[in-house]
Amino acid sequence: MAKVLVVTSGKGGVGKTTSTAAIGAALAKTGKNVVVVDFDVGLRNLDIVMGAERRVVFDMINVIQGDAKLAQALIRDKRIETLSILPASQTRDKDALTSEGVAQVIAELREKFDWVICDSPAGIERGASLAMHHADVALIVTNPEVSSVRDSDRIIGLLDSKTERASKGERIEKHLLLTRYDPVRAARGDMLKTEDVLEILSIPLLGIIPESPEVLRASNLGTPVTLANPEAAPARAYMDAAKRLLGEQIPMTVPGEKTSLLGKLFGRRVA
Amino acid sequence: MAFVLSPDAPLSAWMVELDAQIERSATFFAGRPIVVDLSGIPKSDPDLDTLFDELRARGIRVIGAEGADGLTPAIQSVGGPLIGGRPLGLYEVPDDPPDEPPAPEPTSMVLDEPVRSGQTILFPQGDLTVSGSVASGAEIMAGGSIHVYGVLRGRAIAGVTGNPQARIFCKKLEAELISIDGLYMTAEDMEGFRGKSIMARLEGSSIIITEIS
Repeated sequence: MAKVLVVTSGKGGVGKTTSTAAIGAALAKTGKNVVVVDFDVGLRNLDIVMGAERRVVFDMINVIQGDAKLAQALIRDKRIETLSILPASQTRDKDALTSEGVAQVIAELREKFDWVICDSPAGIERGASLAMHHADVALIVTNPEVSSVRDSDRIIGLLDSKTERASKGERIEKHLLLTRYDPVRAARGDMLKTEDVLEILSIPLLGIIPESPEVLRASNLGTPVTLANPEAAPARAYMDAAKRLLGEQIPMTVPGEKTSLLGKLFGRRVA
Repeated sequence: MAFVLSPDAPLSAWMVELDAQIERSATFFAGRPIVVDLSGIPKSDPDLDTLFDELRARGIRVIGAEGADGLTPAIQSVGGPLIGGRPLGLYEVPDDPPDEPPAPEPTSMVLDEPVRSGQTILFPQGDLTVSGSVASGAEIMAGGSIHVYGVLRGRAIAGVTGNPQARIFCKKLEAELISIDGLYMTAEDMEGFRGKSIMARLEGSSIIITEIS
């Protein structure tokens, strides 16, 4: 039974695309058939983060408009066989997405893959609402600061009222992914604490991704961080989050609480 | 007192209307003595002979007939024309059956879900209770009082329909704005009560906040 997962946040720049790539690659590494879908029509980035930007021929808009078949637009990852990407169009805008077209594409992807991961654009307009509309599971990416938390809260409200599941009276499964978490700054009180974010959003926590230069480095390499350096703190945090998504019980390690992790952070800074 | 039924010609069409009336209020004729006024029906109407049988079949208790043009077999069957008695005037047949007493409007509303940023909840009929929190950027409005058992971070507007008796209760005050009956107070004016359990009420033209434990 395929699952459609939307990675969303409301606010831009919190790490939706990075998280989509990292979680997608992590799930694919466990042997699941995964496709990551870029919904950011006109401002596509997922292809770059996935290192597939030179291989894009057709995109989702071509499929929706009947100019290409879905199989032609899908790009298979060179590193992991079970990972594919469906790119967005860079030359069009969100109005090119039709709800029937998106429904058709998602239905076809459901048949081919175990996980369909939709990378939502920022905002609450057409692109974001179409990206979340067919989702079974939502991953809400939030930074530990007030404006990101408030925007996430807004998105949760929309997930509970505007999606297909909500219109059928069903619940959409929601998980919080706290990204760019800096334990040192959180301890100083410069950032919201994990408990505060959880208290405000009141949805279950899937993972905490520490702020790390590894994330940017992987992005620039065009490799999901879970593939670029699987031993790095953010890569391990993403891997744990992916396993929790599959139902595994893994204790939540808050970066900074464990001395071993602090040691790693420290060690990397020296190096 | 007996009711008078005055059929119109042709009888077959009138019968359909009668059935419709019975449909609307099934008990209308139950147990009532009925006199049939035949003055509007020509003797030649083909349905006249069976009229009284039809009426009885519908549970209508015919006690007599009047205004008939001569003594038809049908009239004989109900004992001939009425002699004596006087009409009391027309009885207005109600168009609709008496309505079921309407279910009383709910006067309170309870929300079990947290109210998210950007959501607006309006309940003008009465009191609103939220068992979770009200997020920053959310707005809850009630005609009566507002009770929030989580943290109130958004806006709470009580007594929107003009009720100075309305109050606002919350377990933890972090509100952006509270308002009762059109008077409002912003976060800056509630500094001393931030994070506390409070009750807000109107006294004259000012909002008074008191801490509750």
